[in-house]
Amino acid sequence: MSKQSDTAASAEPFTTVIGLEVHVQLLTQTKLFCGCSTKFGAPPNTQVCPTCLGLPGSLPVMNRRAFELAVRAALALNCQIAGFTKWDRKNYFYPDLPKGYQISQYDLPFSSDGWLEVVDPKGAFSRKVGIIRVHLEEDAGKSMHDEAAGTGDTRIDLNRAGTPLCEIVSQPDLRSPQEARAWLNELKLLLVYLGVSDCNMQEGSLRVDANVNLHIPLASEGRVAKTPIVEIKNMNSFRSVERALTYEAARQWEEWQATKVEMGKMPKQTRGWDDPAGITRPQRQKEESSDYRYFPEPDLVPVTVSEADVAAAKAAMGTPPTVLRTELESRWAISAYDADVLVNQGRDLVDYFEDLARRVGEGKVASNWMQQDVLRTLNERGGTIAEFPVRPEHVADIIGRVQKGDFDTSRGREIFAEVLSSSKAVADVVAAMGIAAVSDDDLVALCRELIEANPKIVADVKGGKEQAAAGLIGQAKKKNPNANPGKVRQMCLDLIKGM
Amino acid sequence: MQPLELSATDIVTAIRRGELSAVQVAEAFLDRIAKANGSINAFLHVDRDGALARAADIDARRKAGKPLGALAGLPVAVKDALCTIDQPTTCASKMLAGYRPPYDAHVVTRLREADAVLVGKTNMDEFAMGGSNENSAFGAVHNPWDLSRAPGGSSGGSAACVAADMAPVAIGSDTGGSIRQPAGLCGITGLKPTYGRISRRGLVAFASSLDQIGPMTRSAADCALLMETIAGHDPGDSTSIPGDVPAYTSLLDKPLTGLRIGRVAEHFGPGLDPEVAHGVEEAFAAFKAAGATIHDVELPHAKYGIATYYLVAPCEASSNLARYDGAHYGHRAEPGKGHRAESGKGSASDFGAFESPLVEMYCRSRAEGFGPEVKRRIMLGTYALSAGYYDAFYAKALRVRRLIRQDYLDAFQQVDLIGGPVSPTPAFKLGEKTSDPLAMYLVDMYTVGTNLAGIGGISFPCGFTKGGLPIGFQLQGPALSEPLLLRAADRYQQLTDWHRRRPTLAT
Repeated sequence: MSKQSDTAASAEPFTTVIGLEVHVQLLTQTKLFCGCSTKFGAPPNTQVCPTCLGLPGSLPVMNRRAFELAVRAALALNCQIAGFTKWDRKNYFYPDLPKGYQISQYDLPFSSDGWLEVVDPKGAFSRKVGIIRVHLEEDAGKSMHDEAAGTGDTRIDLNRAGTPLCEIVSQPDLRSPQEARAWLNELKLLLVYLGVSDCNMQEGSLRVDANVNLHIPLASEGRVAKTPIVEIKNMNSFRSVERALTYEAARQWEEWQATKVEMGKMPKQTRGWDDPAGITRPQRQKEESSDYRYFPEPDLVPVTVSEADVAAAKAAMGTPPTVLRTELESRWAISAYDADVLVNQGRDLVDYFEDLARRVGEGKVASNWMQQDVLRTLNERGGTIAEFPVRPEHVADIIGRVQKGDFDTSRGREIFAEVLSSSKAVADVVAAMGIAAVSDDDLVALCRELIEANPKIVADVKGGKEQAAAGLIGQAKKKNPNANPGKVRQMCLDLIKGM
Repeated sequence: MQPLELSATDIVTAIRRGELSAVQVAEAFLDRIAKANGSINAFLHVDRDGALARAADIDARRKAGKPLGALAGLPVAVKDALCTIDQPTTCASKMLAGYRPPYDAHVVTRLREADAVLVGKTNMDEFAMGGSNENSAFGAVHNPWDLSRAPGGSSGGSAACVAADMAPVAIGSDTGGSIRQPAGLCGITGLKPTYGRISRRGLVAFASSLDQIGPMTRSAADCALLMETIAGHDPGDSTSIPGDVPAYTSLLDKPLTGLRIGRVAEHFGPGLDPEVAHGVEEAFAAFKAAGATIHDVELPHAKYGIATYYLVAPCEASSNLARYDGAHYGHRAEPGKGHRAESGKGSASDFGAFESPLVEMYCRSRAEGFGPEVKRRIMLGTYALSAGYYDAFYAKALRVRRLIRQDYLDAFQQVDLIGGPVSPTPAFKLGEKTSDPLAMYLVDMYTVGTNLAGIGGISFPCGFTKGGLPIGFQLQGPALSEPLLLRAADRYQQLTDWHRRRPTLAT
């Protein structure tokens, strides 16, 4: 299964090397070092206190819950958890950083050395991506540059200041923009499953920066040239990440061909992704950005993590998506592809599916209904599976009637749609639609009537063209919508053969 | 009964018994402040109305038979580094001139809950950086024993107001000696408790790993009384020590028989004023007479104390003071007015071309808002934390700090307490050391070790120079040895009357 190669599927004359830095907001009620709410969308500067405003004399107190969630995430990312970790101050001046420093972790992060694998369900790639470190830090506030007012004023909202963030830094192990996007999807899925973050990019709960350069084999020189690393910022969706990386790889290839400048010959560059324009642009370098004068945060005590803490975090972890996919495959005898589709929709949908599969007593049928009916309509109408009005027992009821032969699957779909729009019970819908089981006698009568009325079709069938019977089925449906097409077809064929 | 002459313990007792009203007491001290503060400048803000209202409320509650707090009616002066919701908190800096915090420091809350009466905020060295109180943006404090001399610092206002009977007790803070040194130079008693014994929440930070709040009073017994209210765990300060607080006042009486006091030979080396040396030796003799034994101990790394302190403290300060950037509160330079730096030497062009209006606002706000000593320490700390210097300076200082702490741990295997001078000289003249920052830094040479080691220390008067200036004695003890420090100082004060002497003020 593993196809861990350094060459991308397309035969480009270079390898794209990508590392990601992901910030996720932890799902805590309160901020990392004070009791203020982390709820999104409140009016500016209403979720603040002396601590997150950085007022004189205020002190931080660590939010235990945030630490627990972070440990859970790191464990699920196969990281080593440090028994002893401390906080550091990262010093820089910016108006949305009211203390003049950010409380972060520098040389002793609480976890390091993990990995997360992403497997393309269609087999295009499989990549085990190393994780250098996962650490905790507080978020800054939000600067809003008031361009509209024409004054150049900047407004500061500190509601977000002090929100707990988990920073996840990957090894440069990704080899294509598609892989990067798929890996981010897998990471997001994992974190959502763990209950660690909602990973909502629109609300800033997940942010991605990407580092990318090209490795270019120089056959004549017998070595590999590396282009200068570029950090890309401002990507507001995983799709943007893929597009930005694709653009940037192409740009670096062009630049390489024109300049032959290699890594180390110029400093690391930061470029911003301009989504509407579809290009990256150089960003102004902060003059002293490299010297944050990190030192241990004296207002906080170091954190020790016991084996019991780790065990508790493991217990709270639940089943991660990778394990769940395999479990669904074997438990319900569904394909890897089907398991992937279901698991990627989130834990609640998997629970819905398993409830349905248990009621139906079979995975494949349940999985088909999930994908063709539940998921499709859910995507059309929006909302979550938890709010979806047709519950597993309803779907199981419909499937049961189909299996009993009351009606066929397509009729079942119509019933599903009616249950969804009318919120009526399945039995009521079946009654209201006048669907009654068609008796064999009725069916025979119907078939005879059709055969009499269609001598041409009968002749064709007799002549060996069995597919001509389809014309009879269409007419049968018109005469009696409840007639089972499969049965009609078989019965007509039998009757014609007996003639 | 004249309130000004009573100890804090006696004031609280007299009010509880109805022998004095809280209003009488508050008025007596407020009147004294009105008379004396003009020449001493110990207070930056006096809350006469608030204090009298508070006192009247306490009297009313007492008459109504309602329960009263442990410090009911006791006037307290608070160093202007502690946040008070009803009074400005400026840290004696132009940067915070007029700043009003939206919350009370934890210690202030505890004082209010104990029904103490906050009379005002005391002068200090700007952001607690200094040893003479001359670094105040609002004028130096004058030593009540000789108005031409410095009271010490940084809690100079708190020391001077107690010495001059403007308040029976005051709250100070001690980062490298800022309670003990001014207490010594002003002839009062000051306790720097173990790091973490008192919550720092609401104390405007200078150097977070060294800062500690403590009481400044006329006697060790009064320190003990205050400690019972202000010490103790605060979940809002992660570095505060958990657990219960001893009943300090009930632990004073035991005799000193068998107490082992250490004496460090290096404390009596070059730079120590002979009159101070004499006073300190007399104190050792008095302790011996009281049943203690004196032993030579060594603190081999004490000589690196000042160097270590002046790396650790400025590094933390450079970060702690980054928040004063003009963006959110405090002093902000008005844009585009071509301000010149306060020192007179700097001008806008010294900063080079500003890279943005934001950077210009930062630079000018800080250039105007901070005084020279604060800028000096911010620069020291910023430099020492910079890439390429961190290991040579900050990391090394932390290693030496651990050695200094170990020295004390070793010494306290042999003795219970370590005695010695508080500072090398008695109160020096105002202006005497202002042009020589290094000489000023050396006034902390005997006190910084306590902070670097995170242990406790107490300073109290042990004599006077021929010129009539107080001489201070310092005892240092292991972590959480406050009961012993207070008991030793109190026993000494039962046998001597240095702490009862008062300056004569021409008012």
